[in-house]
Amino acid sequence: MIFSTIHLHKNLLIAIYGIFSLLIIASLVSILLSRFNPKQDFTELRQRIKTWWIIAGIFIFTLVLNKNLSLIFFSFVSFLALKEYLSLIPTRRSDRRVLFWAYLAIPIQYYWIGISWYGMFIIFIPVYVFLFLPFRMFLSGETDGFLRSSGTLHWGLMITVFCLSHAAYLLALNPAGNPNGGGAGLLLYLIFLTEMNDVSQYVWGKLFGKTKAISKISPNKTLEGFIGGLLTTTLLAVALAKLLTPLSLIHSIMAGLLIAMSGFIGDIVISALKRDLGVKDSGTALPGHGGILDRIDSLIYTAPLFFHYIAYLYY
Amino acid sequence: MNAFLRLLFFVLIVRPLVLIVLGMNVRNLNRLPQDGPVIVVANHNSHLDTLILMSLFPLRLLYKIQPVAAEDYFLSNKLLGWFALNIIRIIPINRGDAIPMEQKLKNVSVALAEGNIIILFPEGSRGEPERLSKFKSGVSFLAEQNQDIPIVPVFIHGAGQSLPKGDWLLVPFFCDVFIGERLEWPENRESFMTQLDLRMKSLAAEGRFPAWE
Repeated sequence: MIFSTIHLHKNLLIAIYGIFSLLIIASLVSILLSRFNPKQDFTELRQRIKTWWIIAGIFIFTLVLNKNLSLIFFSFVSFLALKEYLSLIPTRRSDRRVLFWAYLAIPIQYYWIGISWYGMFIIFIPVYVFLFLPFRMFLSGETDGFLRSSGTLHWGLMITVFCLSHAAYLLALNPAGNPNGGGAGLLLYLIFLTEMNDVSQYVWGKLFGKTKAISKISPNKTLEGFIGGLLTTTLLAVALAKLLTPLSLIHSIMAGLLIAMSGFIGDIVISALKRDLGVKDSGTALPGHGGILDRIDSLIYTAPLFFHYIAYLYY
Repeated sequence: MNAFLRLLFFVLIVRPLVLIVLGMNVRNLNRLPQDGPVIVVANHNSHLDTLILMSLFPLRLLYKIQPVAAEDYFLSNKLLGWFALNIIRIIPINRGDAIPMEQKLKNVSVALAEGNIIILFPEGSRGEPERLSKFKSGVSFLAEQNQDIPIVPVFIHGAGQSLPKGDWLLVPFFCDVFIGERLEWPENRESFMTQLDLRMKSLAAEGRFPAWE
């Protein structure tokens, strides 16, 4: 059945309560901040937190309801991210139909996850779509900018669809592999740690940031922020491992380090893309955050790396 | 009945299409008047332009919105004509030269007098995608006759890529919408056209979009 509800594990419920408690605390802090510093403008912070409520609300709602709804949610995120990417980069007029096929790859990719066909999921975009799009491109007969177009299009599909869909594939893993909440537990663990890493990096950087980490690409990234994020994320990874994952202590430390470091890299890679295109934010879809790509930049790296890490160790 | 069908069409099809399938980045929405009468003047590359502009206003104002559209195109067959007149609620306009301008625009002035929101594409036709063609002077007659009514220029980018003229396949791109400050009546029609032209070009330049070849 397509819309059968999954049984909600009690550990998931605890994690979800935790997430909403954190959001309530964040909202209260932002209200108190603007109460006690009326001169300073906290509009962006408050908008940011409000958007967090909406993202977390939809994500957790679909996660709790059932797997297919979650897959639809993730495919929608992929769609928005790909659309944002294609609207930012220069595309050719003759490629309109090629781009249509690229969009079509999204539901197909998530369908493989829906039927848990791992072999197809893992080669569909890197092999079949990779070979098909340039073929469809030469049918329209335009050779000027052929390499640039096929290259940029495939890069976009890899980050917005292929990489991101690894997070969703956690839901298709054998539930027996994780007695603590199954795939949903792992997904919650991955998303929570990735986003907390972003937040804590930002907060540590604001509080103690002095040494610029990579001023050429992203002037706001500091070494102190990165290390603060690394420690926070690793601590959280250890603390939550028993609740949501099958990870042992040493494995959870490594998972925390992996997510913190790859999340940082994902963030910088998307910053480099934006810098190349001459934009500050990738869009305006998420008030207070920027565009979709601004929000999922870290996840693009953490999702496939965490997926293969956990799959290698436990599945 | 038709008003209900119209609302249904906009709630179930147009808004999801414009807000979710395409997605809009709107700059300076506050420059748009909260109510009619107003003339919204925009560049025209795609059928989507009309739907995008109509989605800028809240649904409670939907009954007041009327795009001005070519009679020869939209009333060319019965079904399209019914749809254009009752669902989109266009004000048909004759594009030929035989009729004097005042008479062509009579229905538009009537609608403005009723306090309606008029959408007008002075390029006269959907041009080449993502290119601005020369504005026709009809809009300046309208401005002269309705000097107290705000005229708001809007520049749209992305709709021409999503659904260009002569193509049926929609390929979604985010659409950028730049709303300009209202135009003041500058005494004569020539300087009005110059002013409109400059305003549109400066709105177009705000986006710095790569050329679409």
